[in-house]
Amino acid sequence: MKALLLRDLRLSIRAGGGFGLGLAFFLILILLVAFGLGPNPALLSQAAAGLLWLGALLACLLSLDRIFALDFEDGSLDLLATAPIPLEAVAAVKALAHWLTTGLPLAFIAPLLGLMLDLPFAGFPWLMGSLLLGTPALSIIGTFGAALTVGLKRGGLLLSLLVLPLYVPTLIFGAEVARRGVEGLPLATPALLLAGISLVSMALLPVAAAACLRINLR
Amino acid sequence: MAVSDNPILQVEDVSVARGGQLLLKHIAFAVQPGAALILKAPNGFGKTTLLRALAGLQPVLSGQVHLDPDTAVYAGHTDGLKPTLSVAENLRFWADIFGTQTITDSLRLFGLEALQTRLAGSLSAGQKRRLGLSRLWLAKRRVWLLDEPTVSLDQQAVGQFAAMVGAHLQAGGAAVIATHIDLGLDARAQILDLAQFKAKGAALERADEAFL
Repeated sequence: MKALLLRDLRLSIRAGGGFGLGLAFFLILILLVAFGLGPNPALLSQAAAGLLWLGALLACLLSLDRIFALDFEDGSLDLLATAPIPLEAVAAVKALAHWLTTGLPLAFIAPLLGLMLDLPFAGFPWLMGSLLLGTPALSIIGTFGAALTVGLKRGGLLLSLLVLPLYVPTLIFGAEVARRGVEGLPLATPALLLAGISLVSMALLPVAAAACLRINLR
Repeated sequence: MAVSDNPILQVEDVSVARGGQLLLKHIAFAVQPGAALILKAPNGFGKTTLLRALAGLQPVLSGQVHLDPDTAVYAGHTDGLKPTLSVAENLRFWADIFGTQTITDSLRLFGLEALQTRLAGSLSAGQKRRLGLSRLWLAKRRVWLLDEPTVSLDQQAVGQFAAMVGAHLQAGGAAVIATHIDLGLDARAQILDLAQFKAKGAALERADEAFL
C-alpha cells in the first residue's frame, strides 16, 4: 500500500501528473472573483471565507477524474484488482494521494489568497483549519465518484455532476467554520459536523468505491 | 477431459457472457501443476472474457471455477505501465505490491537491463510488452492467465517468453494462454479448442451490464 501511495505521488509530480493544476486554478479563480466583484474591500472581506472554500472545492474537482481513469486505461487497475491488496485499500490510498497533492496544498495556500480578498487576519487559522478538516471529505467523495464513472469515455463532466451535490454538506459546514472564525463567533458545532462528515466518508466510501470498481471492471 | 489427482485450476460447467450476450457455455477443464493450457478460438469468441472470469475480474454466469485466491496473475491486452515512470520504477512498484524483493531476474529474462532508466513511455510497443510480461515473473504466482501475450513481440522475444513460460512450468506453475502461435511447449501444453463450447448467440434476459 505504501508502494501504491508513493507511486501515485511520484506520478502526480512527473510530467502531465496534474500536481499544481489545482493550485493554479484556485489562484486564477480567486483573482477573477476579486476582479469580478470590484474594488470594494468591505464586500470582498465579507464574502472571502465562502469564496475561498468554493474555490478550493472546485480546484479539488479538477483532478478527480485522473484518480482511476488512467489506471483503468493502461490496465493497471485490472492488475491491482488481482493483486494481494484489497480494492478498498486501493481506493483509500488513492484518495489519500489525491488529498496530499490537492487538499493539503490548497489548505496552505488559501490564507495567501485570503490576503487578496482582504480576509481579516483573525480568520486565517480558521480558514486553514476548516480546509484541513474538510478537504479529506472532498477527496474521498471524489474518489467514490471517480470509481463510479471509471469505465466511461470522457466521464469527467458526469463525474462533476455526480460529485458536486455530494459536496454540499461539506461546503456548508466548511464555509461556516471559516466564516464564524473570521467573525469570532463560537464554531464548535460546525467544526464537529465537518469532522463528522470527513470521518463518515472515510469509513464508508472506500467500500462503496471498491464495489463500483468491481462492477466497472467486468 | 480427464480430471485427475490435484489440479491447480479446475473449471466445471462454466458459462460466460459479455455485453449481455452468452458467449461460451458448459466449459470444463482442469490444469495440473506444470502444465499449460492453450486456448484456441477465432477473434470475438470469448477467450478474453473467459480469462477475465478465471482471474476473478468478472463473475461467471453459472458453474464453478476452483482456484485458490491469490494464486493467479493476469496479463491482458494492456501492459499496465506508467509512461512517466522508468522501466525499473514500473517493475519496482509491482514487486512491492506483490511483496517480491528483487527485480533483476525479471529484467534479465527479457533482456531489459539496458533499458532500466528509460521512461516506459519512450519504449517501443514490443519493449513495452516485454516489460509487461516480465512482471509475471516477479508476481511469483502459480497460475498465469495470459491473453495474447505475444502480440507485437519479435521472434527473439517470443523465444524468451516461451523460455520463461517453460521455466515457470518447470517450477510447478501452470498457465492458461490464449494465443494463435505455437510457443513450442510441446508435451506440457494441452490445446483446448473453445469451438465446442460455443453458445448459440442467445441474448440474456437479465443483462447485468454497465448501468450508466
